[in-house]
Amino acid sequence: MARIELKGLAHSYRAMPSAPTDYALRQMDMVWEDGGAYALLGPSGCGKTTLLNIISGLIRPSQGRVLFDGRDVTELAPQQRNIAQVFQFPVIYDTMTVFDNLAFPLRNRGVAEAEVTTRVHEVAEMLELTADLKRRASGLGADAKQKISLGRGLVRKDVAAILFDEPLTVIDPHLKWILRRKLKQIHQQFRLSLIYVTHDQIEALTFADQVVVMYDGQVVQLGTPQQLFETPAHTFVGYFIGSPGMNLMPCKLDGDVVVIDGLRLPLAPERAQRARAAGGQLQLGIRPEFLQCLAAPQADAIAAEIQAVEDLGNYKIVTARFAGNTVKAKLPEDAPATVGAAWLLLPRERMQLYADGRSVG
Amino acid sequence: MQKTENNKAWFLVLPVFVCVAFSALIPLMTVVNYSVQDILGPNQRVFVGTEWFLEVLQDEDLHDALIRQIEFSALILLIEIPLGIALALALPTQGWRTSLCLVLLALPLLIPWNVVGTIWQIFGRGDIGLGGYVVNALGVSYNYTAEPLDAWVTVVVMDIWHWTPLVVLLCYAGLRAIPDAYYQAARIDGASAWAVFRYIQLPKLRGVLLIAFLLRFMDSFMIYTEPFVLTGGGPGNSTTFLSQYLTTLAVGQFDVGPAAAFSIIYFLIILLLSFIFYTVIQNMGKGGAS
Repeated sequence: MARIELKGLAHSYRAMPSAPTDYALRQMDMVWEDGGAYALLGPSGCGKTTLLNIISGLIRPSQGRVLFDGRDVTELAPQQRNIAQVFQFPVIYDTMTVFDNLAFPLRNRGVAEAEVTTRVHEVAEMLELTADLKRRASGLGADAKQKISLGRGLVRKDVAAILFDEPLTVIDPHLKWILRRKLKQIHQQFRLSLIYVTHDQIEALTFADQVVVMYDGQVVQLGTPQQLFETPAHTFVGYFIGSPGMNLMPCKLDGDVVVIDGLRLPLAPERAQRARAAGGQLQLGIRPEFLQCLAAPQADAIAAEIQAVEDLGNYKIVTARFAGNTVKAKLPEDAPATVGAAWLLLPRERMQLYADGRSVG
Repeated sequence: MQKTENNKAWFLVLPVFVCVAFSALIPLMTVVNYSVQDILGPNQRVFVGTEWFLEVLQDEDLHDALIRQIEFSALILLIEIPLGIALALALPTQGWRTSLCLVLLALPLLIPWNVVGTIWQIFGRGDIGLGGYVVNALGVSYNYTAEPLDAWVTVVVMDIWHWTPLVVLLCYAGLRAIPDAYYQAARIDGASAWAVFRYIQLPKLRGVLLIAFLLRFMDSFMIYTEPFVLTGGGPGNSTTFLSQYLTTLAVGQFDVGPAAAFSIIYFLIILLLSFIFYTVIQNMGKGGAS
């Protein structure tokens, strides 16, 4: 296990990158703590697989360094880095038995056969593959194959981190849960460093202690699932995490007051100060879960018009319009919401202010 | 649901039956017909049963031709399959060089077979042929029209030149179909280049290799045009393979009965060997599992 540090890392697939858009990965510094379970979350094409492949050594970064426990491994090949990687599509060696598949990375490194046998049996036990050890790997189902891929990473005792590149994409939904739980158990038992790439927020939030959200080649936030939910550092995080995503409304500052198309909402002075300092395009964000809907006017409540109510059985999604903006609110099943006039409460402590997409608190 | 049961479906496959009957079955039956009769004149024929078959099977010349044929096909397969795999592995994987290599490789496949024979016939000549002249100039005595060994070497080299590209193209397509993740996983698992070949590339190539193997086996076992043009089966009978022997029998000597009997035997040999190869290769690497 190791602590992984990325220093001034950037990568471009072009030979002579000039504009920032030429970079698949823009310059970043990051630390992945030893023994952490990280999820790397982001839409397709945001650079998460590139980042993963740089950590494993499959790609040499254009700039910057990769450190494992302080040791520079930027120039080292994957096999010299002691990293394990599980790919989107299960990679198994068709002609080998499950046992030989699991033994392969050890045998390649010249480990004594007695130890190979011991380790393979330990790992097979852990992954519930013992009964299949003598079978040919090619005849197994996708989930068992993916377990074998994982097993090939786990057999090596000295492995620095296990990287997962959307490993559950081809697995049946009901088996996904089982595999994910297995992974979590293994993580808790052995405190391995895990980095898990996915574009599925549920997968990321249930799997990881820390979620790294990537967008357009940059890391926009690193935080616990709760932090991502409550205080998105970037409008993208607000939009990407949660269903429906965060409501974002363009706004202006007038002294310490936020103005949304004529509607005035007072702000704490230090918040307003930070927003002024940051400058740029201002946006006010609030999660649909934090909006409250009232049937009658009340102090601080904003007059709005409900345009649609979608009843999803255990909650309602309400589409409302006020001050030139359309917002969504996620309300309890018993909330009194009907199409027509209504009043919305925006809890001040739940509001987030963004300048050019980045949170100013 | 009620299912209608009748024989109407047969009408749908009837066109195929008719085509196959006229293109394969009826000509084949003619051969069967000849093989069991002695044709003496336009309306004179005698049923001879298995006589032609027995005669053909005891023919010493034919035994020699069969052995020669088996040696030739074995040699061709032993050289062309590994060479084809090696060349496919060595081909560049991207850029204009790939297209260039593929086009150059495909050229021999586009040349009519008798032209291939003619090209090598001239190429190998000691007086005006580039190949023959150079080899002789290097001090190696080479004359494919007089020396059986030289004739053999020429026929084999010609076939390798002509047909290895087919194996290369098939293997190249097979290699390109292997997802990158396999190579990446192998790098992470610390696999050597040999292990990558042995455990990833070769198993993934099994399907195309089966096709390459069968095509090359069948074609080489039936080879006729190129050696016929190049050596005419000589010197002596040293490069007379089965097809040429058959042609001599049927067209040269007009022994239609034995020729027909032998055609059937020839067909059965190819069918049997192809079936054996197919079964063996399909099951190869499937063993060991309980």
